[in-house]
Amino acid sequence: MNGQICGPEELVEDFRVGLTHGRVPVSEMIEWATVPTCGAVVMFTGTVRDHNGDRVGIVDIDYEAFDRLVEPRLRQIAISARERWPSLGRLALLHRVGQVPLGEASVLVVVSAPHRGEAFSAGRFCIDVIKECVPVWKRERGADGTSAWVPTGQLIEDVTTAARRWRPADEPEAVTR
Amino acid sequence: MPTVLLFASAREAAGQAAHVIPGSTLGEVLDEARLRFGADFARVLATSRVWINGEILHGDVRRTPCRADDEIAVLPPISGG
Repeated sequence: MNGQICGPEELVEDFRVGLTHGRVPVSEMIEWATVPTCGAVVMFTGTVRDHNGDRVGIVDIDYEAFDRLVEPRLRQIAISARERWPSLGRLALLHRVGQVPLGEASVLVVVSAPHRGEAFSAGRFCIDVIKECVPVWKRERGADGTSAWVPTGQLIEDVTTAARRWRPADEPEAVTR
Repeated sequence: MPTVLLFASAREAAGQAAHVIPGSTLGEVLDEARLRFGADFARVLATSRVWINGEILHGDVRRTPCRADDEIAVLPPISGG
């Protein structure tokens, strides 16, 4: 899952992307992204919530993925973020599959940059584009034993298109997915 | 013959994750898939995107030629994160 970009003088690993089948290594990725050239490290995790709209009492979410296409897409998103914010230090984009219990992370974005502005923007860009472009589906399961696919209506998009039309959100309350 | 890969609600409606279906165009393959898998699958397909060999299709997708080793993926609306 390690991305490597070959510079003129040395090989530098500057992104890590991929699927995890167990707990997302949040602390490890924050430590990895913390480098001397960067004064800002922004982390986002999407975690399993106990409700979704009218549905309450959710106990876990089962994530299914088109496994072998997840890493290439995450890699494309990381490359796209670096093109947009060339000063970025390191990026980690991980998505978990299988059964994820309440409160645990299903997706992780970690971005380091010299300053907080580009770190926050790039982090937001990455999670927004992940939600439009990565072939993952979730099935929520309630304490009553019922389960259902989450109907988002979000048709999968290609990374180039989603990246081109991405804009910073100025009304976060409007985002409910 | 092309292989159709099915995910999430499409997989459940079809009752399987992968199926070999004959057809020389995408339209033929998908018509046959509807016949084999039934109305629930047809409803899911109507709101899904279809990829061939990992690529999103644009334009008149039904006429897209299919080869024996093609991999056709039915992707319902995604919900990652």
